[in-house]
Amino acid sequence: MSDQAFVRIEMLPEKKPPASTVGMIGWLRENLFSGWLNTVLTIISMGFIWYILSGVLPWVFQSVWNANSLNECREIMNETWGSTHGHACWGVVRERWLQLLYGFYPENLYWRVNLALVLTLLALTPLLFAERAPRQLWYVTAVYPFLMPWLLWGGSIWGTLMIAAGVGIGYLAFRLLAPIAGSLISVIASAVLPIIWWMFLAGSAAGVIDAVLPMGIETVESRQFGGFMLAILLGIAAIGCSLPIGIILALGRQSDLFIVKTLCVGFIEFIRGVPLITLLFVASLLLNLFLPVGTNFDIILRVMIMMTLFAAAYMAEVIRGGLAALPKGQYEGADSLGLNYWQAQRLIIMPQALKISIPGIVSTFIGIFKDTTLVSIIGLFDVIGLAGAIRADTAWNGIYWELFAFIAFLFFVVCFSMSRYSMYLERKLHTGH
Amino acid sequence: MTTLTDPPKESFRLSMLIYDTRYRSLTIQVVAMMGFMLVAAWLINNTLTNLATLGKPIDFGFLGDPASYDINQRLLEYDSRETHLRASFIGLLNTLVVAVLGCITATIIGVFVGVLRLSKNWLVAKIMTVYVEIFRNVPVLLWIVLAMAILIESLPAPKAFRGENPEASLSFFDTVAVTNRGVYIPEALFSNSLGSIHLFGASSLRFDISLDLVAIFVVLGLSIFSIRKLAARAKRIQEATGDRPKTWHINLAILLVPMICLLVILGFHLGYPSLKGFNFKGGTHMRNSLIALWLALSLYTAAFIAEIVRGGILAISYGQTEAAGALGLRPGKIMRLVILPQALRVIIPPMISNYLNLTKNSSLAIAVGYMDITGTLGGITMNQTGRELECVLMLMACYLLISLSISMVMNWYNGRVALVER
Repeated sequence: MSDQAFVRIEMLPEKKPPASTVGMIGWLRENLFSGWLNTVLTIISMGFIWYILSGVLPWVFQSVWNANSLNECREIMNETWGSTHGHACWGVVRERWLQLLYGFYPENLYWRVNLALVLTLLALTPLLFAERAPRQLWYVTAVYPFLMPWLLWGGSIWGTLMIAAGVGIGYLAFRLLAPIAGSLISVIASAVLPIIWWMFLAGSAAGVIDAVLPMGIETVESRQFGGFMLAILLGIAAIGCSLPIGIILALGRQSDLFIVKTLCVGFIEFIRGVPLITLLFVASLLLNLFLPVGTNFDIILRVMIMMTLFAAAYMAEVIRGGLAALPKGQYEGADSLGLNYWQAQRLIIMPQALKISIPGIVSTFIGIFKDTTLVSIIGLFDVIGLAGAIRADTAWNGIYWELFAFIAFLFFVVCFSMSRYSMYLERKLHTGH
Repeated sequence: MTTLTDPPKESFRLSMLIYDTRYRSLTIQVVAMMGFMLVAAWLINNTLTNLATLGKPIDFGFLGDPASYDINQRLLEYDSRETHLRASFIGLLNTLVVAVLGCITATIIGVFVGVLRLSKNWLVAKIMTVYVEIFRNVPVLLWIVLAMAILIESLPAPKAFRGENPEASLSFFDTVAVTNRGVYIPEALFSNSLGSIHLFGASSLRFDISLDLVAIFVVLGLSIFSIRKLAARAKRIQEATGDRPKTWHINLAILLVPMICLLVILGFHLGYPSLKGFNFKGGTHMRNSLIALWLALSLYTAAFIAEIVRGGILAISYGQTEAAGALGLRPGKIMRLVILPQALRVIIPPMISNYLNLTKNSSLAIAVGYMDITGTLGGITMNQTGRELECVLMLMACYLLISLSISMVMNWYNGRVALVER
């Protein structure tokens, strides 16, 4: 038995990790130089980034802003830097940015578009950030669908008010009839009465009141609409209307009723099987043929209808995915609580199905917003159409990078914020662990 | 003691159609059907009335009239004296060409980018993220128009290739001419050509199939068939003895020798583009419109495919890789035998819808003047004849047909790789 000379009875203090595995150096070693392959990749990437930035940065920042034509731009470039290569000519954006944003909207009425945009943001706030926004903003959201078109197109206020009155009539009919005649009849009445009002009475009523008490703002024709404003207008209309229609189509496709299901499947598959451009052809050339002789309504409205139908079909598929992903127990649970179909959908199924489908819904929104550019093919002057017109102008003939970079930037900002918002929403609604 | 009696027979009342759940679904369906029929009848009636008023009842006769416009990018022979139907057919083939090319390149770029986005190298992953975000968040129409503008404005004109000291020169060892009028690539020529068979006689859908091409595909098919037979034999031997015989050199020989023999017999050689006068002659001419569309559609769709691939690989839990490693598989085999077959199940359904989107987006060809089916049938033919209804209907039918065929083929493939559950 040997004598133990030394026995450690207390723990040694922890040693600090080696300097090469923590902090900046540790991160670099871990993420950029962890092996020879990784190091080679890092060097190639750095070379690539250097190549791109060394071209793009001087192009963006050593650029000409105050020129009124491409030739003038090139002269200034030659004087300043001795070459025209590698310098942007932002003069085109400076000169045409108002047109690119507002199209041919009358310049003295730009405030109406701006006001409509502010209203849009205000009306969206309670929808997007429900618990943080002041409750009063819901009133803005409620009047927004009527106020925004009136601001943009102008005309008599009475027409707008009469259309809004239709909604009031529907609500009143529901409220007054529900205690007397039962829920079914009151629902039917609240749907039919406003339609009768809109189709036959609203127009003449607005005309009469307008004759007595004319009140309105200057009218702007649809062909004066254009630019990025048109993309936002079409995007909002298609996005706003497609979600409810999409939900109904998805429920129809999931339902047990054979005929309803067949109609919904047929509609969805047809719309998803053809490109949007053919539907826009229908909007611009055929929609008037489908309606009674002599009907001729606004091209922007026609495009809105077709884009809404298009978006609704895609939305229906996304929501159907959400519905299918819900466990069957949720449906059975709702049934066992004694809820009827609509109560179950409203209180149990939809909140969960929509939550699951948020990423898909938002990417459909983004897709629709990007697809609004297709209207340039049927002759509306949205940003892409205007870019073509500007490039055909003798002053700016031959310019492309600057123009398209500006347009791409506009779309990128909107679409990227949408996708970030969907991530925020997913995190907020995440109730798992 | 109680006796069970039959429940009282209820006589049928009209209100039961609404309030009795036994009949309600029937009522709803009948109402829906009637509503649908009414709306459809109303629309069709309006259309017929409107067309009668305009004096152009539905008539597809215009398809037989001479088209009198030219299609510069085409697979089959066509001239402007031929019919609108022939022009539409050429356009349809052009749609398929750009769709197939686009799907192939988009898949290659997309898989590459998707895998690199998962790279452990932070810088590479970030670069790929930037690529995906930029391309996903900007409309595809803008990419198409921009690609067209870049090709037209920045490439050298054919005259820049002329002279003793030309400003521009042919790329890829003097075989490919990249000009602002398009790209000229070498074409495959056969000096002992077998000729071609003409299908469908002189009709508008007539179709020439080069027998050389048929021969090449037949030989290729036979080679692949024998290679698979060989692989099956190797597997039998492996299962019997535990040793797998080496087959790669035999495989290579089976693949190459017959093909080279066939090409020599057919007298295969390449026809290079060369400058004649103001333009290039010889070689295959790919117009800017085709290249711009192809490039933009591939890069745009690749951004979406990259996200799908990344999602698919992330969906396979890391335990699978570890388990495969514990079985003694090498990294290459882990990917091929364990990860990929599972990831494919997640990847394929959204991939199908992206291929469909690419095909539908190819209709934007009309923005750059590529004569696909939208450019011919939905563009010039429609404008010339004024037959909007017929043209749009035919256009939609064509796209529906393409979409349904793609989803059928891909669903069949999906069914093959899908997990077989109890």
